[in-house]
Amino acid sequence: MTTQTRSELGLGSAIKSAPTPLRLRVNRSRADVVFRNIVKSAGFLTFLILFLIGLFLLLRALPAFRYMGWHFFTTTGFQTNSTKKLPAKFGVLAALYGSAVVAVISIIIAVPVSVSTALFVNEYAPRTLLNKIPLRSFLISLIDLMASVPSIIYGLWGFFVLQPRMAGISEWLSVHCSFVPFFRVPKGTVVFTSSYLIAGTLVAIMITPIVTSMSRELFSLTPVGEREGALALGSTRARVIRDVVLPFAKGGLVGAVMLGLGRALGEAVAVSIILSLVFGISIQTLHSGGLTIAALIAARFGSGGTYGLSALLACGFVLFVFTLIVNLGASTIVNRSRRAS
Amino acid sequence: MTTLESGHVSYELKRATRPKPTPHIRRRIRPRDFGRTDLLLLIASLISALATTWILFAQLTLLSGPFGFLVVCAAIFLLYYWTSNALTNGRRVASDRLVGALVAIGSLAMFTPLVLLVGFIFVKGVGLLSLHLFTATQKGVPEICLPHLPCPKPGVFHAILGTLEQIAVTVILGVPAALLTAIYLNEAPGKFASTVRVMVTAMSGVPAILAGAFIYAFWIVSFHRGFSGFAGALSLAVILIPTVTRGSEEVLRIVPKDLREASTALGAPQWRTVFQVVLPTARSGLVTSILLGIAVALGETAPLLLTIFGNTGTNPNVMSGPQSALPLLVYTLVKSPRQTDINLAYAAALVLFLMIFLIFIAARVLASDWLSKKIRNARNRRAPDLTPINALTVEDLL
Repeated sequence: MTTQTRSELGLGSAIKSAPTPLRLRVNRSRADVVFRNIVKSAGFLTFLILFLIGLFLLLRALPAFRYMGWHFFTTTGFQTNSTKKLPAKFGVLAALYGSAVVAVISIIIAVPVSVSTALFVNEYAPRTLLNKIPLRSFLISLIDLMASVPSIIYGLWGFFVLQPRMAGISEWLSVHCSFVPFFRVPKGTVVFTSSYLIAGTLVAIMITPIVTSMSRELFSLTPVGEREGALALGSTRARVIRDVVLPFAKGGLVGAVMLGLGRALGEAVAVSIILSLVFGISIQTLHSGGLTIAALIAARFGSGGTYGLSALLACGFVLFVFTLIVNLGASTIVNRSRRAS
Repeated sequence: MTTLESGHVSYELKRATRPKPTPHIRRRIRPRDFGRTDLLLLIASLISALATTWILFAQLTLLSGPFGFLVVCAAIFLLYYWTSNALTNGRRVASDRLVGALVAIGSLAMFTPLVLLVGFIFVKGVGLLSLHLFTATQKGVPEICLPHLPCPKPGVFHAILGTLEQIAVTVILGVPAALLTAIYLNEAPGKFASTVRVMVTAMSGVPAILAGAFIYAFWIVSFHRGFSGFAGALSLAVILIPTVTRGSEEVLRIVPKDLREASTALGAPQWRTVFQVVLPTARSGLVTSILLGIAVALGETAPLLLTIFGNTGTNPNVMSGPQSALPLLVYTLVKSPRQTDINLAYAAALVLFLMIFLIFIAARVLASDWLSKKIRNARNRRAPDLTPINALTVEDLL
């Protein structure tokens, strides 16, 4: 119908030929085809490695999975040696619970600190100090430096400096805040070191720089138009943060926090230096003892037993699946919010 | 009073019609302005907060402990600061300053651990650095020093050698794969490019200990290879690849499109465009991302724990036999009850930190150099608009 009316206007021939776009044919030389294939196969290498990680962890974990069946996910103990009197009985439940506890504690501490640091660096800190020293870029590199300090050094510091000081705070909390169930302790507790709270605090200090630099990046993506519009309407910086910066970064922040959560779930060395292995589930976080999957693998690796290694790798497989889900979800959210802005 | 000069009359009229300034006009307040009074206000609030907290803690002894002191002091400071600002500058400015003080305290809480940590490592480690430390190993060091037996002091030579060898192998294995992946994602993306990008992100989130567990299950158990520095390097490569890929991809994305188009227009095949135009342009940026990847891999302990096993003596052969590494050495010594072991851990941690710090500084310097060059290029690119070349029309060329 439309073509008819258009042909009446005398445009018919021009319109008819228009809808078929020119097909571009790319003739690549043989060298280019080889180049592209090499590059593509390198791209698929990441696929392959991820797949192999899952596959080999699962393969080596199969004996443990087969032996315990579904009880692997509901057992708290970790007795991996099978004898006639005492058959092996082990499960991932306690370690999984501990990982979650440490991750949640660290997120609760790290997120407010990271977000406020990111806001300070982006919104409040002067770009330069005395018109000479580039303060903002200095702070940004300081955050990056903090992110590249190895976990073992955090562990060393946590063990010798943070732990003795945190023990006093834990004791105070157990005395004065015992109305909160998390801060209760079993009767007669005298040791407040090696606890979930201390491990969680240390992990929080470790993941803060990562979460900070991600949220700072998100905040800096705030559209300039909206920001300046708010300022032009008389907003103070606090209002700009509340009404423009935070709403724009909201989705991305969730992703950044989830990436931090993934890091916290997988931290092994620092946690295993702080925590002393105790298998069990308790809601209290102040007394000594606990475990996470990663710390369990680091601490128990090399110990024998009928299912010793297989059980550890089974735990590792569970951790792998969990972190993969968390990270994939987080990176999807971050990418979506980045594209939206 | 009226004059014939029209200008003068109109001036008088204007003066008459303009409303008189009301006596209660507010002076303009910009929260960003931070003058001398504001600074005084800040210092005064801080001092009075400290004083109040001191009274609470030392005189009334309601509370105790340095941590509690800081928390209470911060809370009281915020209260004072808000009140004094509200009284002098109005509520709006006060709430802005309050949020500012709050985020500043948050960032203090973030940067304090870094300062404490670096200070701690330096204070504990600097006195232990010596030539002996860098040349000796832990081999032959007895458990307990007996008075009539020789008692050599331990060193970290074997760990440094192991770390350097493992990192070298990691770089050889990981960097080409990472760079090619970055090229795939940015220069020759196919159908699966976005999926690969997601996979790279997912891989960078794989816990370090699982990289070690994977190489253990794959290389050491399934291929019966035994513990070796090479296995450690493999597991470090699993961590290095996604880090370097993401960094390099960011860098390649900034390379101006014009360069690629110019190269293609001159008839270069794609591989030559990539290797002779794109990569050289991004060279220092790429080196920066590789250096940052190395800094991350250098500090990883967990994967080495499961792959190189540790060794008290020197094992120069990276392909077979257990090796030592600096982070692993620290990990194995940190919980030791002996002071000599703990001192060795401090020294090794300081050496490790210095290595990472040097790499970090090198990366920063390169990156800033690269950035400034990019800005200069951008300026140059804007300049040609004014040069006569752009005045040439198509007819001139024909």
